[in-house]
Amino acid sequence: MVLKRRDFLKRSAIASAAMAFPTLTRHSFASEPIKVGALYSQTGGLSVAEKLLANGVLMAISEINATGGVLGRPVEVVVEDGASDPRTFSEKASKLVMRDRVSTVFGCHTSASRKAVLPIFERRDAMLFYQTHYEGFECSRNVIYSGAVPNQQLANYIPWIVEKLGKKKFFIVGSNYVYPREMAKVSKMLIEQAGAEWVADDYLELGHSEWSVTVNKIKESGADVVLSNVVGDSVISFYREYINQGMSHETVPICATVTSEIEIAAMGAEYAVGSYTSFPYFMSIDTPDNTSFIERFRAFVNDPRAVTYHSLEAAYFQVFLWKQAVEKMNDLSASAIREGVRGQSFQAPGGLVTIDADNLHCWLTPRIGRWGSNGQSEVVDAYPAPIKPLPYSAYGETEQSLFCTPAGLDSSRLSG
Amino acid sequence: MLNILFIGLSLSSILLLIALGLAITYGAMGVINMAHGEMVMVGAYVAVLSGIWLDANLLVAIPLAFVVTALLGLAIERVVVRKLYGRMLDTLLATWGVALLIQQAVRLEFGLSFFGVHVEGLGPGLQHVTTPAFLQGTFRLAGVELNAYRTFIILVTAVLATATWWLVYRTAAGMQVRAIIRNPNMAAASGIDVKRVNSMTFAFGSGLAGIAGVLISGIRTVFPDMGPPLVVDGFMVVVTGGVGSLYGTLLSSALLGEINALVAIGTNDILARAVMFAVVILVILIKPNGLFSFKER
Repeated sequence: MVLKRRDFLKRSAIASAAMAFPTLTRHSFASEPIKVGALYSQTGGLSVAEKLLANGVLMAISEINATGGVLGRPVEVVVEDGASDPRTFSEKASKLVMRDRVSTVFGCHTSASRKAVLPIFERRDAMLFYQTHYEGFECSRNVIYSGAVPNQQLANYIPWIVEKLGKKKFFIVGSNYVYPREMAKVSKMLIEQAGAEWVADDYLELGHSEWSVTVNKIKESGADVVLSNVVGDSVISFYREYINQGMSHETVPICATVTSEIEIAAMGAEYAVGSYTSFPYFMSIDTPDNTSFIERFRAFVNDPRAVTYHSLEAAYFQVFLWKQAVEKMNDLSASAIREGVRGQSFQAPGGLVTIDADNLHCWLTPRIGRWGSNGQSEVVDAYPAPIKPLPYSAYGETEQSLFCTPAGLDSSRLSG
Repeated sequence: MLNILFIGLSLSSILLLIALGLAITYGAMGVINMAHGEMVMVGAYVAVLSGIWLDANLLVAIPLAFVVTALLGLAIERVVVRKLYGRMLDTLLATWGVALLIQQAVRLEFGLSFFGVHVEGLGPGLQHVTTPAFLQGTFRLAGVELNAYRTFIILVTAVLATATWWLVYRTAAGMQVRAIIRNPNMAAASGIDVKRVNSMTFAFGSGLAGIAGVLISGIRTVFPDMGPPLVVDGFMVVVTGGVGSLYGTLLSSALLGEINALVAIGTNDILARAVMFAVVILVILIKPNGLFSFKER
């Protein structure tokens, strides 16, 4: 297992000690720290993934502090534990916004926790920076979405599977909740547009780990490719059962939208060789920026075998987008950050990212990776440039007709 | 069709693996052992750790896991359960507490993580076990393509069930156990050392759970929270089969596994689970003591 348990208390103590130093020597109001929140699960079932994201944010902040902070002031992080429970997330979000009076919180991992904190950010007008790729179907003035939306994972993926892999019959499989079902909606549209068909879609409970029946169904369906929106630990038992039942990624590959370096490391790379994932970022992207990012991250978490992946990269770069917005406006209020972050670009480890001026989602470069025996992917296809995020693509949103506008959601389009 | 029956059989054998240990502890001793799922989890971790540290494969881990979990079971019986015989609900609470302790111990690497020491293989993350090469993939038998690892699970389960049956119905110790199941006080009056037999029974049941853990680790993810859903499955089988009856446990696991497979093939896994629970409820309504319970005298 590559993930290493981090002694979180110890590190945050070091972080706050490092941050306390400037405050000891402060002479003027101008060097007073800027407070931001980091809201992730430090305990509970989701903590394995969310601690990594918290590390991404903390690393970005420590780098920003090392180079002089924001507006010449150090950044101080108030870390709160969402405890893998949406209600706790909502309580801690209130605490951050009302008691600590932070205008910006980096955090949340699941859509459930994001939905739970959303009313607080909207009512109190604070900003949430949210890094996870998600199902779209949301348009909030108080959230900066730095992860991928369905069109950025599927727009190139489905046509590529049909044309380059020559696949005609899709079997769609997912966990039984909103993300996989929304992904399936977009997929079905794109599959039909590409001139292929989907033979079935099947959903399993979150955390389900008995895959014998589903893999048997795939086997007998005559499908020549599997589109997987399965999340979490189910992914691992799925890939293992797939191979154990004699299926092969060479003939019927699993093409996934969630399976990342993390899951591959946990299942054993031999079960994934030859399968695909679509993400804007892969650890294997071979640029000096990314190599340096991986090295710094491994040093930061003190684990020479730590892996990086899409949401982690987004958790990291969103802090810099926030910094640029604050510095552009010279103002910490939520409305200033919202205004300042529009159109803001940053050279992230995986390439250029830009916050869309209309819908506050992020322009990202869709890429397709083919998993190899070392647990890393080879990028086999990529867009030449970042593409516009369309959170309502499942409902027919296009670049020409936006549902999510600067004024908020144009709901007339949804009902019509 | 044979294909579906095979999948059903493999689901049944996993249910039986988990239920076998429970059937003995719950049936013989009236202890609702909520830590049974954690025994399975410990067994799975024995497989993970022996893979990492001893470079041993799954087959070696089976006896190892039996010994480790049997000793753990013995310790739990001596420290906690022994004081609570005859108080079924109290054993439920106490063993649930034990379950939480075991989970946290694995998650926190027995507290070592507080000192910055990391034991590879433990911790809150997901672990996996590599199955030996000859158990990977499929083979053909009578025109049906069979999954090698699942066949292996079915065979081991069959061996364990037979061994358990032989111990309980064909040995002197087994007769003592059966006497205690029927009437602990009368058994004690006849000179059976109830305490000793009970702790041995508990240890044996725990050991079976450990083996179940090793076998499950080859197809499922190993992590500290894997226990609770397993124990639910185990109790479902034991209650349907009839407390204290090995035949009942065997038949109810076969029944529930096949129902699960048939419904899941026709519809989906979520509905299959619902149907399975509906069947359990129906059985308990019609035969409150399960399918094969003793006639009370």
